[in-house]
Amino acid sequence: MAQTIADKKCSALVIGGSAGSLDVLLEIFPDLKSNLSFPIILVTHRKSGNDSLLTDLLKSRTHLIVNEAEEKQPILRGNVYITPGDYHLLIEEEITISLDYSEKVNYSRPSIDVTFQSAAEVFKDELVCILLSGSNADGVEGLKIVEKWGGRVIIQNPDTAIMPYMPQQALNEIKTALVLNSFEMAAFINKLNN
Amino acid sequence: MISEAIDNEQIDALLSDVLEVHGYDFLEYSHASIKRRITRLYTLDNFVSFAEFRYAVKSDKQYFKRFLEEITVNVTEMFRDPGFYRSLRHDVLPVLGTYPFIRIWVAGCSTGEEAYSLAILLKELNLLQKSLIYATDINPSVLEKAKKGMFPLNYLKGYSENYVASDGTKDFSSYYTANYSLAKFDESLSSKMIFSTHNLVSDHSFNEFQFILCRNVLIYFDKELQHKVFQLFDNSLEKLGYLALGSKESLDFWPKAKEYKRVKLEKIWRKL
Repeated sequence: MAQTIADKKCSALVIGGSAGSLDVLLEIFPDLKSNLSFPIILVTHRKSGNDSLLTDLLKSRTHLIVNEAEEKQPILRGNVYITPGDYHLLIEEEITISLDYSEKVNYSRPSIDVTFQSAAEVFKDELVCILLSGSNADGVEGLKIVEKWGGRVIIQNPDTAIMPYMPQQALNEIKTALVLNSFEMAAFINKLNN
Repeated sequence: MISEAIDNEQIDALLSDVLEVHGYDFLEYSHASIKRRITRLYTLDNFVSFAEFRYAVKSDKQYFKRFLEEITVNVTEMFRDPGFYRSLRHDVLPVLGTYPFIRIWVAGCSTGEEAYSLAILLKELNLLQKSLIYATDINPSVLEKAKKGMFPLNYLKGYSENYVASDGTKDFSSYYTANYSLAKFDESLSSKMIFSTHNLVSDHSFNEFQFILCRNVLIYFDKELQHKVFQLFDNSLEKLGYLALGSKESLDFWPKAKEYKRVKLEKIWRKL
């Protein structure tokens, strides 16, 4: 299964996470190849004003280029884009970032659902999404749309997630999802290179 | 709100109707955002088909009013980004205070939270009596709300925290009276405001200002439209006047940006 799911072309990877996802990100990023052939977009719930903290933490642990996402910024391979606090992140057809300060979704801004859906409509079956630990159901509706467009869905194993609720909700809904433990994710992402 | 995808041709057809019939031009808005707003409204209002939705937008005046209110983003708060208001209090307004008269334009004011925040700062610096705040928006119904100066009481705790974080020292509750679920802000604040519709896409400069504030509006515009609006602001701003944008917006890629100087770390620029 892991072999076949990693065989298709990947044009973008979107990772969503909430409570308990930081540890996983810090585990994944040091092991990622520095020449990834696709961009990584990160959407995590956090308080606004703490933007640079996650950016700095990741920068110190990866050779990929880590950006705090700016509006209208082009999305480039080998780059990581972190969604700023208090904005939703959308993706334009011309593969640039749009930020959006509209209503919260699932009590969240940024909302993982919003970015998953937007990415699905642009990258279609060349999209890979990973949903990590969290304690609400944000991301689940978005993953359904990713699946509908033929994108690939990876869910953190709820048994090993600090907050199993979010990955478990997703697992109940997304039948085609691949379940991975946090220590398996970096190798999986590296294999998406094409 | 997640819903079925509407395709780009449908969006373009709808926006062309809106321009042709109602005179509002959304064609240069950021596509992903406007598409999301339209999809959201279409789903929210349970239309059986997109054609029916398009017909309502085109021919039902009452529904178009709702359309306009819902596809523009009207999320705002008082003293949002306290660091920004701190900079206004300490760096920008004291300079403007040396002028005999201060004209300020809050462009895209929505329901007025920023205009009232600004009026509070001016009042505390003893500048309100010689100031005039022009608060404009594309959307007449939000301006009606802004005029009333009444905001939901359950937001006031957060606004009060923002106010304190922006170096406000008064008792924030002295600026409003609680009335059931609403906080009604003091009329001395709104007495210095002029509310009017203005469409940044199609309307021209209407005055010269010392300070223009337009935060989290331009993120919804594409690059070309952003540059047009910067030009409109440039035409409306006096020499040495200030321009303030949202925390994720920037003047940087606009060709005339070198005629402006950034004020410290906030998204505030001074025209040279």
